[in-house]
Amino acid sequence: MAAAAELTLLEKSLGLSKGNKYSAQGERQIPVLQTNNGPSLTGLTTIAAHLVKQANKEYLLGSTAEEKAIVQQWLEYRVTRVDGHSNKDDIRTLLKDLNSYLEDKVYLTGYNFTLADILLYYGLHRFIVDLTVQEKEKYLNVSRWFCHIQHYPGIRQHLSVVVFIKNRLYTNSH
Amino acid sequence: MMGEIVYFPDRCPEKDLVQNSISRRASRRTLHSQAGGRFRLHQRGIHGEMRLFVSEGAPGSLPVLAAAGRAQGRAELLISTVGPEECVVPFLTRPKVPVLQLDSGNYLFSTSAICRYFFLLSGWEQDDLTNQWLEWEATELQPALSAALYYLVVQGKKGEDVLGPVRRALTHIDQSLSRRSCPFLAGETESLADVVLWGALYPLLQDPAYLPEELGALHSWFQTLSSQEPCQRAAETVLKQQGVLALRPYLQKQPQPGSFEGRAVSNEPEEEGLAALSEEEIAMAVTAWEKGLESLPPLRPQQTPVLPVAGERNVLITSALPYVNNVPHLGNIIGCVLSADVFARYSRLRQWNTLYLCGTDEYGTATETKAMEEGLTPQEICDKYHAIHADIYRWFNISFDTFGRTTTPQQTKITQDIFQRLLTRGFVLQDTVEQLRCERCARFLADRFVEGVCPFCGYEEARGDQCDKCGKLINAVELKKPQCKVCRSCPVVKSSRHLFLDLPKLEKRLEEWLGKTLPGSDWTPNARFIIRSWLRDGLKPRCITRDLKWGTPVPLEGFEDKVFYVWFDATIGYLSITANYTDQWERWWKNPEQVNLYQFMAKDNVPFHGLVFPCSALGAEDNYTLVNHLIATEYLNYEDGKFSKSRGVGVFGDMAQDTGIPADIWRFYLLYIRPEGQDSAFSWTDMLLKNNSELLNNLGNFINRAGMFVSKFFGGYVPEMVLTSDDRRLLAHVTLELQHYHQLLEKVRIREALRSILTISRHGNQYIQVNEPWKRIKGSEADRQRAGTVTGLAVNIAALLSVMLQPYMPTVGGTIQAQLQLPPPACRVLLTNFVCTLPAGHQIGTVSPLFQKLENDQIESLRQRFGGGQAKAPAAPAVVEAVVTAAPQQVQVLMDEVTKQGNIVRELKAQKADKNQVAAEVAKLLDLKKQLALAEGKPPETPKGKKKK
Repeated sequence: MAAAAELTLLEKSLGLSKGNKYSAQGERQIPVLQTNNGPSLTGLTTIAAHLVKQANKEYLLGSTAEEKAIVQQWLEYRVTRVDGHSNKDDIRTLLKDLNSYLEDKVYLTGYNFTLADILLYYGLHRFIVDLTVQEKEKYLNVSRWFCHIQHYPGIRQHLSVVVFIKNRLYTNSH
Repeated sequence: MMGEIVYFPDRCPEKDLVQNSISRRASRRTLHSQAGGRFRLHQRGIHGEMRLFVSEGAPGSLPVLAAAGRAQGRAELLISTVGPEECVVPFLTRPKVPVLQLDSGNYLFSTSAICRYFFLLSGWEQDDLTNQWLEWEATELQPALSAALYYLVVQGKKGEDVLGPVRRALTHIDQSLSRRSCPFLAGETESLADVVLWGALYPLLQDPAYLPEELGALHSWFQTLSSQEPCQRAAETVLKQQGVLALRPYLQKQPQPGSFEGRAVSNEPEEEGLAALSEEEIAMAVTAWEKGLESLPPLRPQQTPVLPVAGERNVLITSALPYVNNVPHLGNIIGCVLSADVFARYSRLRQWNTLYLCGTDEYGTATETKAMEEGLTPQEICDKYHAIHADIYRWFNISFDTFGRTTTPQQTKITQDIFQRLLTRGFVLQDTVEQLRCERCARFLADRFVEGVCPFCGYEEARGDQCDKCGKLINAVELKKPQCKVCRSCPVVKSSRHLFLDLPKLEKRLEEWLGKTLPGSDWTPNARFIIRSWLRDGLKPRCITRDLKWGTPVPLEGFEDKVFYVWFDATIGYLSITANYTDQWERWWKNPEQVNLYQFMAKDNVPFHGLVFPCSALGAEDNYTLVNHLIATEYLNYEDGKFSKSRGVGVFGDMAQDTGIPADIWRFYLLYIRPEGQDSAFSWTDMLLKNNSELLNNLGNFINRAGMFVSKFFGGYVPEMVLTSDDRRLLAHVTLELQHYHQLLEKVRIREALRSILTISRHGNQYIQVNEPWKRIKGSEADRQRAGTVTGLAVNIAALLSVMLQPYMPTVGGTIQAQLQLPPPACRVLLTNFVCTLPAGHQIGTVSPLFQKLENDQIESLRQRFGGGQAKAPAAPAVVEAVVTAAPQQVQVLMDEVTKQGNIVRELKAQKADKNQVAAEVAKLLDLKKQLALAEGKPPETPKGKKKK
């Protein structure tokens, strides 16, 4: 998904009616938003945070200092780790780490749904779609979180639903 | 490990000193040493305690320490020094420092996030500009900088080698500062962005050699920050006046940063670009093309029955035997019969000697149950459902050489023979099994004939083998309050003698065989995995008899009232079905040297085909042909859930034909979503989408246009082709894609190979679009010749596609071949090269559209009919609308109009008509072109990758 398309998705999920136009910069096609009342904004997470404020949904950026820092940390993770790597080993490490992180969490910040969940969901979608059933079971916590976010109202939109099977298949008993 | 004493001067004298936990006053107090070489920077906790983990020489410590002063008075900060390879954060695989562990137990492992947190504690509010700098720092600056530092510190490089990677980033900062004419990155005062960037850059820029003179604004910004006390302190602490070399102990433990320039960070899949071709490849493709029909080998005579031929490639293909008691659903169909059919058809197109067989699996408890439900005898049930299955597969155009059944004398004969051989060779054990017996019905109850309360979850209607509620496997005797499903009386536990296949004794042979078979074979990864995990856990003896009537009788004294368990004899069904097809069946099944056996199934069937049957066959020592390639699919889901006959959810084989959607469209879509390597899901919306975009708009559109041009512009005769270098390239590209298709299908990667067909058709569409034969045909002699070449080449690509399509859509493939009057030999063989099969002068037949558009409301009503709660979901209109495309006829009409309007404009221009009049006509033309592009489902702007002529 190109960044501009992702931001359009985000706009819709935030309930922003007026769609912005985005241009893309450089070979990495970094999104740029020309705002009405100021300089342009560059970068996926920067624009995303701006949109959240525009929609008066600041709570999606976290409510305490700690939560705000955690949200930004995962947004950074999204653009550096998730977008930066496409070789299989890196993805495996990433999923493994996330899986262990999410072991005791509903959302990335713990108990509150934030922008970090939305953008990590969008960013991981292309990888999760390609996971085998076995891998989905291996990264059970990621699967649970992902499945939860994709069913969060208004988030998924046209992205394909990733199917997660409730019964475990790859247990070692037979 | 060394602890480091750090202290932060008070930067905010206006703050209440009592609250300054990290204040000048406080910091001069004694540091309390803790166990493990950790040092504690004293303070009274106000909002709890946090612990910062740093490592010697870790560059991230700089900004973090410089920012820490902001958190003064907010929390107690403990600092621990750890080794560079120590994993502080429990959930991260790779070591990461600095890390801040918060009072809540959360970890901040991003340097920026730690700095941000300190700033947030001080009451600072986040803003767009700071966010932008921090995002830029993480995504652009850091990759460049870590490369530069690595070259400098670890590899000892100097000068431009070091500066090169970061120059662009440094210039960016410089320009931003000077353009905004602010002393700091985010405005008039120092902020988070300044601290983070300064901290990142300091190790490099503190050496004047790497702070380019010409970047004045960067220069003064850097000097200003470096002279501030918190920064100075942080710098002293981290670099210890050793300069950048202080980072060495840390950096040399880090992996070498990847070439940051070349990394692909795009989220988009690679553009379907054209691969680079060598001159040699092009020349070879042209030579092959020119040979034309002559290069076709003589057709294999078709023999019945098909028998292996020495010296040929003999391919034996089986599809898992569908169980007879039910109507197969789409998942069953794609899982085995359809997948195997594609491969069988492909195999025949390759002129391999191919036998494809399947049949219904008819013995067992489930049949008896079903018979009881429907008030028929088991035999009547089998006859009824065998016919239903056969009808469904006929409708789906499955090209079995034989479709048999397991309830035949041959089945009994071969099964008993294998059993006898196993028995005499000592591979059969006897044991007593505790079983439930219904006294009123006077028989032992098979698992499915018992119901009761689940011993695990208390569910009332648990079956004898498994609880539907908690999914746990149950031993029928463990059920609470068991009931006979037939008479509802309570069964009693009785013991019964049974026979077991001694798998542990056969395990070694099996492993030897697998060791020889698996390497280099095309067993799918899931099949390999399943077999491996069974072997890892060790094989156990498997019971092969059952207290039933409906089955193959056990030829052993004392077992007269028992039959073989279906999983023992079902796989023998392939042999008996072949034996019913030809009395020379052993030439297929006892001929491993000459026969290549491909078995198709869903993954739940893997243990029986990959393990149990091979064990029986190896133990029988009769030189059986064993599976060479075990091809197992994952599962196909229906919309968001599972197919369920009982809930009426999903499309079942017999209903597919009532939808009015042709079998080939079903085949195409099922193969397009074949659960190959991963589960997939059938979705009505997606089916509409794929039909309208891939079939109608891409494939159908191309083939129809190619044929129409021949009919319309050349009177139905393929024109002369004079190949230019562009055409030769296209030939080579098509050849390349064709070879890719072969490679994939040889590896039975059916779904992927289908993409190659669509790719060729896309190349074809683009070729027509760029060369515009409909315009050139009205032009000069040279233009007309060009139009002829393009049309001729396009129609030959269409002919090639018709053959490539045959395994997937046999009817459509045949229709195209009839329309193009493709010579019969060319229809039945697919070469590895693209050859001209429709030479100049060849007369084609009548061309007509191949595909129908699927309409939204049609699909919506089907979705509701086949249901499963999906009807409630919105029909995702946004996606559907985006791909609504026009029928080919409409495209044609628009194309003609564009041509007409183009001529009007040209004429006016030639006549040097009034400018306004020309402009008006040009506007009309542009509008028409836009409509045409929309009708073709293309974005209105010029398509990417368009070749310049």
